[in-house]
Amino acid sequence: MLVIAVAVAIGSAFVSPRAEGYEVGDTAIDFSLKNIDGDIVSMSDYDDAKGFLVIFTCNTCPYAKMYEDRIIDLDEKYKDKGYPVIAINPNDPVRSPGDSWNEMKTRYADKSMTYPYLFDETQEITSAYGATKTPHVYLLNKEADKLVVKYIGAIDDNFKDASAVTKTYVEDAVDALIDNKAVQTTSTKAIGCTIKWKES
Amino acid sequence: MRLAITTCLVIIALVVNAQEIEIEVIKFNQLSEMITNGKHELEVYNFWATWCKPCIAELPYFEAVNNDKDLGHVKVFLISLDFVEQLDNRVKSFVARRNLTSDIKLLDETDYNAFIDKIDPSWSGAIPATLIVDNINDKKYFYEKSFEEGELETLIQNIQ
Repeated sequence: MLVIAVAVAIGSAFVSPRAEGYEVGDTAIDFSLKNIDGDIVSMSDYDDAKGFLVIFTCNTCPYAKMYEDRIIDLDEKYKDKGYPVIAINPNDPVRSPGDSWNEMKTRYADKSMTYPYLFDETQEITSAYGATKTPHVYLLNKEADKLVVKYIGAIDDNFKDASAVTKTYVEDAVDALIDNKAVQTTSTKAIGCTIKWKES
Repeated sequence: MRLAITTCLVIIALVVNAQEIEIEVIKFNQLSEMITNGKHELEVYNFWATWCKPCIAELPYFEAVNNDKDLGHVKVFLISLDFVEQLDNRVKSFVARRNLTSDIKLLDETDYNAFIDKIDPSWSGAIPATLIVDNINDKKYFYEKSFEEGELETLIQNIQ
């Protein structure tokens, strides 16, 4: 009976494939998603982390590809400061064959990614977070055992040329958290590739 | 041999064709001006790119509206978000191959956050996305989604 109740509760939580998602200030849920090596990764595995850069990204989107090196840089810069990157591929491989788990493994190796690259097979986490496109960043901060959303949006203001960036949105937000200051710009927008939702 | 010559001719024809295609490269202030001072009763702005599969899938529906004689008061603008560096070698050849007849412009911007909300605050930035401007009643309708066949015509009929 309890099992049924739990199943119903979980089922009803994901009735809509495209929920409204999080806003800054909301508490984000943890996940248990498959990494490219087959291991299941959750944020609760990271005892020492102060927060996370959860980035919805994929193999196929030209914007996501243009930001891969910058995502690696973010991980290398902030992992030791307590804010590691966790990348999540949200795309349905039926609609986007280049985003299959096997293709993720290839991309991971080709780019020598330094962070977990997880596969949201059910798209439930993508839906819960409210990600709409790749790349789409959620900066989470651990506050009294909760994961509070502090920033949502773009990595910076120039997808094309990292050297021409004038606003480093994500870096500014993480730096603010490290300095115990309020994040100034809490959300930004960018053109991205729409998430390939499963066709029902 | 004949096949090879034919193939060459087809390729040459496509290349020549692609070079003749005119796609105006615009900045956001020009797009904003177009949207604000629309010259047609109803204007449809579809945001797309050659690398966006769902965008390409729905292009025929926009072309159908653009070419529908009964919808002469409707103007379709296909606003490409392709990278300006790929205008000649990718966008123009795509347009030639597909025989697109709508008015195509390439929006050359990098600071997306500066303008997405100005198109519509509900736009997250994902494409395809479509803005319909009703210049008779001064109303705007925004859709961050893919259209099905016939859906755009229905929307246009309902707006009027």
